[in-house]
Amino acid sequence: MIYGLSILSLSFILGQWVGELLGSALGIDANVGGVGFAMLFLMLLKEWFSRKGWFNVEMESGIEFWNKLYIPIVIAMAASLNVQSAVSSGTLALMAGILPVFLAFAIFSRIVKSFKLD
Amino acid sequence: MEELLKIIDQNGLIIGFLVVGLLAFLADLVSKKLLKGKIPGSAIAIFAGLVLGYLGGIFSNGEKGLADVSVFKGLGVLGGSMFRDFAIVATAAGASFLLIRKSGLLGLISLVFGISIFFVGGVVLAWFWGYRDAVSLVTIGAGACTYIVGPVTGSALGASSEVIALSIGAGVVKTIAVTILTPIFAPTIGLNSPASAMAYGGMMGTSSGVAAGLAATDPKLVPYGAVTATFYTGLGCLLCPSAFYILVNWIIE
Repeated sequence: MIYGLSILSLSFILGQWVGELLGSALGIDANVGGVGFAMLFLMLLKEWFSRKGWFNVEMESGIEFWNKLYIPIVIAMAASLNVQSAVSSGTLALMAGILPVFLAFAIFSRIVKSFKLD
Repeated sequence: MEELLKIIDQNGLIIGFLVVGLLAFLADLVSKKLLKGKIPGSAIAIFAGLVLGYLGGIFSNGEKGLADVSVFKGLGVLGGSMFRDFAIVATAAGASFLLIRKSGLLGLISLVFGISIFFVGGVVLAWFWGYRDAVSLVTIGAGACTYIVGPVTGSALGASSEVIALSIGAGVVKTIAVTILTPIFAPTIGLNSPASAMAYGGMMGTSSGVAAGLAATDPKLVPYGAVTATFYTGLGCLLCPSAFYILVNWIIE
C-alpha cells in the first residue's frame, strides 16, 4: 500500500515542481499546471511499473484510497469557502453553470454529425 | 462535555472526516429517497457544503466558511489545497495512455472543444457581470469547466476566496445541469452509441454529471463517457492557469 502511496507522492511533488518551474519561466508568480503535470507523471509511472510487472493490487489500493477521497475533500472545501460573499453574485454562478451546457449540446450535435457515427 | 470539546478541538482533521461522512450519508439519502437518484448524492453533498459554508460565514464573520467555527476547523485542513490537489492527482490512476489512444481523435477533438466552450462561456458571462481582472475572469471560466478546475486555477493564480467559491458554484450547477439535461437531450443531439458517448464525456467533462446523466440515458454508455471525461479536469487544470490565463491576460491588455 505504501509503495502506491509513495508513487502518488513522488508524482505529486515532481508535478508541482515542474509547475513552479514553468511559472517562474513564464514570469508568473504562480504554480502553472502543477496538478496536470503530476497527473501525467502518475500515469507514466503507473504505466512503467505495470510494464515491469511491479504494479499490483496492493499498490493500487494506496492510490485508490485518495482517488475515492476526492469528492469528500471537495465537500469539505465547499464548506470552508467564503460562500457568504459569493452569494451576492449567485446568478452568475447559475448562468455560468447552465448556459455553456446548452452551447455544448448544440456544438456536440454538429461534431457527431460531421463524424458520421454508426 | 468539557472533555469531549477538548478531544474535538485537538483532533480537527478527524472531526472533518466525520462531518463530511455524515454530510455525504444524508446527501445520499436525499438523493435516493426524495429525488429518486435524479441528482447524484455527491452534487447534493457539495451543495450542502456550500450552504454550510454560507451559514458558517454568517455565524463567524470569517473568510473560511464553516471552518472558522472552531469545532469545524478540521474541515479547513481536509478541504485545504494540499489534500485537494493530492486527491485530484490520484484520480489520474484510473486513466491510462492506452485508453487515451482508444478514445481516439473524436474524443480528443471534443475534449479541446469542450474545455474551450465552457471556459469562453464562463469568461464572457463574468465579463458581462462586471469582472475585469484576468485572474477572476479565468477562475470563473475555469469553474464553468468543472468545480475542480475552478479552485485549482483560482488558487494557482491567487484569486480571492469569493471568486473561488463562485467558480465552484458554477461547476456544481453545471454538474447538476448535465445530469438532468443529458437524458432529455440525448435523442436530439445523437447521443446513442459508444463513440458518441466518448465524445460526450470529452465535451461535458464533469465526471459525476456525465456518469449520472448517461446512466439515466443508457447505462451501457457510462464507461465510454467516463473514459474521456476523466481527462477533462486534468487538461483543464493544465490549460486554464497556463495557456488560457496568458491568452485572457493578453486580450484584456
